[in-house]
Amino acid sequence: MNRLVPFLAFVLLAGLLGFGIWWNSSHDPTAVPSPLIDKPAPAFALPELDDPAKVVTKASLLGKPYLLNVFASWCYVCGEEHPVLMAEAGQFGVPLIGYNYKDAPADAKAWLSRHGNPYAMVLADRSGQTAMNFGVYGAPETYLIDARGIIRYKRIGPLTPTVIRTQLEPAIAALKKEAP
Amino acid sequence: MTRRWLHALLAAFALAMAAAAAAQAIDPLPFRDHAQEVRFQHLTSQLRCMVCQNETLADSNAGLARDMRHKVFQLMQQGKTDAQIKQYLVDRYSDFVLYDPPVQPDTWLLWFGPFLILAAGGIAVALVVRRRSRARTDMAATQPGTADADDNGDDW
Repeated sequence: MNRLVPFLAFVLLAGLLGFGIWWNSSHDPTAVPSPLIDKPAPAFALPELDDPAKVVTKASLLGKPYLLNVFASWCYVCGEEHPVLMAEAGQFGVPLIGYNYKDAPADAKAWLSRHGNPYAMVLADRSGQTAMNFGVYGAPETYLIDARGIIRYKRIGPLTPTVIRTQLEPAIAALKKEAP
Repeated sequence: MTRRWLHALLAAFALAMAAAAAAQAIDPLPFRDHAQEVRFQHLTSQLRCMVCQNETLADSNAGLARDMRHKVFQLMQQGKTDAQIKQYLVDRYSDFVLYDPPVQPDTWLLWFGPFLILAAGGIAVALVVRRRSRARTDMAATQPGTADADDNGDDW
């Protein structure tokens, strides 16, 4: 029996290693859950990309839910996410608002005209100061904000068809059930 | 020949260090005095860069890290305490921005787990030692002279 102990210890350690490998391949180890889930979105006042004279505030968007998608022309993964948004934006049932993060307006406009514009409107945060209040730490990120201005869901990383089916759509459906 | 390689390596190392130092100097902030700068360096070295997660805010050149450094600086200028500044970032980026995780119920295992394992190891050693010494004295009592040859099977 005692001779089995080293073997059992080895199996235990190997199992732990296997679990770690599995965990890291099925989860994004760099994704940090936002502390802002189910908390009010921070107040913001950001100009529209196409018309900087028009400033959009959190208050002006209250009343119906919307998706806020953080993107930038310099963000490689955003380019991978973009075709998904182009295909799916019309089917979310809530408006998709672009959040252009730390980007030169000319670059952002060129990027959107080259790849297509899936957004109902695009807000520009050139300095990234507002993004810090949202806890943005990379792009792409997507927030689902409800009619009362509360963040209900956050995706860190690209929206993929799988993520949309398994996470985003249920989250949107839950909102619709609440306020018919 | 090897000496020349060593010199080249040393030179490359020195160059890399100089580049790192220069990178720090790219981002100068208008500190009021040396004490404020020391406080800033101390604070930012306890905060994590969210983009490059194994670097501190003080060390990182990532764009977001620079923004967060500037935010820390701005909050310092506003007279906020270190604790308030940390809380400001924790509210937005979760406890993960802190290099030292706070001691709270969901981190008890992290903080005290190693002591549990140490205690388990200590108990295991104590048990083995006690059993062996008992086996030895039993053996010595019944078969004087053969105590050294005891083998109770736990000789791992």
